[in-house]
Amino acid sequence: MSPPTEPKLPAGWDLVVGLEVHVELDTATKLFCGCINRFGAEPNTNVCPTCLGLPGSLPVINERAVELAMILGRALGCQVNRSVMARKNYFYPDMPKDFQTTQYDQPTNSDGQLVLPDGFVVGIERAHIEEDTGKSVHVGRSGRINQAVYSLIDYNRAGVPLVEIVSKPDIRTIDQARNFVDELRAILVVTGVSDARMEEGSLRIDANVSVRPEGLAELRTRCEIKNINSLRSLGRAIAYEANRQIDLYEDGSAPQQQTRHWDENTSRTTPGRSKEDADDYRYFQEPDLVPLVPSPATIAAIDETMPQLPVARRAALVAATGADSVAARILVERAQDALALEAVAAGAEPNKVLKRLVNDLAVDDWSNLDATALAELIKMESAGALSASQAKQVLADLVESGGTPQTYVKRRGFEVVDTSELKSLLEQLVGDNPSEWKRFCAGDQVERKKMQGFFTGQIMKATRGKADGKMVAELLNNAALVG
Amino acid sequence: MAQRITRDEVVHVARLACLTLTEEEVDRFTQQLGAILLHAADIESLDVIGVEPTAHPLPLCNVMRADVVERSLNPDAVLAQAPEVRDGQFLVPPVLGDQP
Ligand SMILES: [Zn+2]
Repeated sequence: MSPPTEPKLPAGWDLVVGLEVHVELDTATKLFCGCINRFGAEPNTNVCPTCLGLPGSLPVINERAVELAMILGRALGCQVNRSVMARKNYFYPDMPKDFQTTQYDQPTNSDGQLVLPDGFVVGIERAHIEEDTGKSVHVGRSGRINQAVYSLIDYNRAGVPLVEIVSKPDIRTIDQARNFVDELRAILVVTGVSDARMEEGSLRIDANVSVRPEGLAELRTRCEIKNINSLRSLGRAIAYEANRQIDLYEDGSAPQQQTRHWDENTSRTTPGRSKEDADDYRYFQEPDLVPLVPSPATIAAIDETMPQLPVARRAALVAATGADSVAARILVERAQDALALEAVAAGAEPNKVLKRLVNDLAVDDWSNLDATALAELIKMESAGALSASQAKQVLADLVESGGTPQTYVKRRGFEVVDTSELKSLLEQLVGDNPSEWKRFCAGDQVERKKMQGFFTGQIMKATRGKADGKMVAELLNNAALVG
Repeated sequence: MAQRITRDEVVHVARLACLTLTEEEVDRFTQQLGAILLHAADIESLDVIGVEPTAHPLPLCNVMRADVVERSLNPDAVLAQAPEVRDGQFLVPPVLGDQP
């Protein structure tokens, strides 16, 4: 997943990064109305008076969204608080109400942590509930916002439930930033909180970046980088921005606190609006919504039903199969770890199970494949009854249609031709082709090679390619010694 | 009595609200807003230590709805309200800046 060349910072400087990750919650409906929460619908088809901010409409919060937000909070070890919704006022057309409903001084979740796979701990400041904004497309020269001729707005996304996870500025390297997002994504998926698809915008990252001379503890002026839409861009954007700030300091200047946009095409960050003070959004409590007060019983129930988190699942897989960290990460991310564990418990060779799954099971739907069938397949492969490429084909059959491996081994004609069968076949061939056999047994190097090809070809033809080439060669040479 | 709001603050808030004010209006609103803030400042004379801030006038919490889909509006009816439409979307003048 890492790019081939790792962006580097000049020596003598430390990187300080905090991430703000917006995650769309996997609910059926929006946060404050019954409109469908779905990506990719025709523009402005999932809208109603509430999410269009029409006068007289009133919001009512979605209980599933609140529950998912608390599940995420507990998965991140947060305290779940009494919370209050607030209005964040601003004048952009992506929010027709002219404010975004969010949480301000009383967020649902606070004070948690995310442990990266290597054990590094990143503090979580808060994880609060808010609504998504509409989607605007800026039309005009280069599609960039400050050169737009006009903007087109689709309100299907307006009011979609989000949780914004705000990390503490604990991240010190680009790898840690990427691992933070990767690990968060894995948690979101196993808890069912979000599908966390960056390519569909259901997980979006802003990075607060600053630098400081190595060894100093101070926090210097930061810039907030927006528009980062892949893990690859995250690393490149942080590296570009850190280097830009270092250049400013080394020239005796200093960065301004501001929002900057990552431009994928030019691989640069460019200034957006100046960072407005929090006061400029004139936050105040949303008078149309009442406080959320989770009971201790609600929180206890969330903890009790919390699924096993990725870190524990990876550890279990490593312990039972000896998987390396990359394989463990891939299989847990694909939720194929249970399959691997069951197949190994059923006696399949761990190495082969891991290899088969990692390399050949990168598919969306493998529900037809059960662990027993997988274990049988791997046992056949281990016993040499199937070659690697044959095992791969049978695995694809099992994924496609289910059942047992035996069915497909037979259908594809992968049954092995055993030695005794080959021996009698060879005897017959020798009898039918005495002069060729003589040339094989008594000929010179070239002649011998030619005739070996002839007999191998005949055997392969008779077995429709099922004979093992190595076994045939051995058989021919042994027979030649005898005469 | 100290001034409750300065002229500069009024200009700043007007800018945030995308309002263009004349000099005369800035003076007038500075005075009017000052009077309102003075009125609100009466609360400062009360001892409210230990009183929880009011989140809502009604003593309610956890008013929620089930996550069940309801009918959305007909998009044609929605877009018919817009001054300008293109490709099923609202067409708006270019804006400088971005979403929060
Ligand atoms: Zn709606």
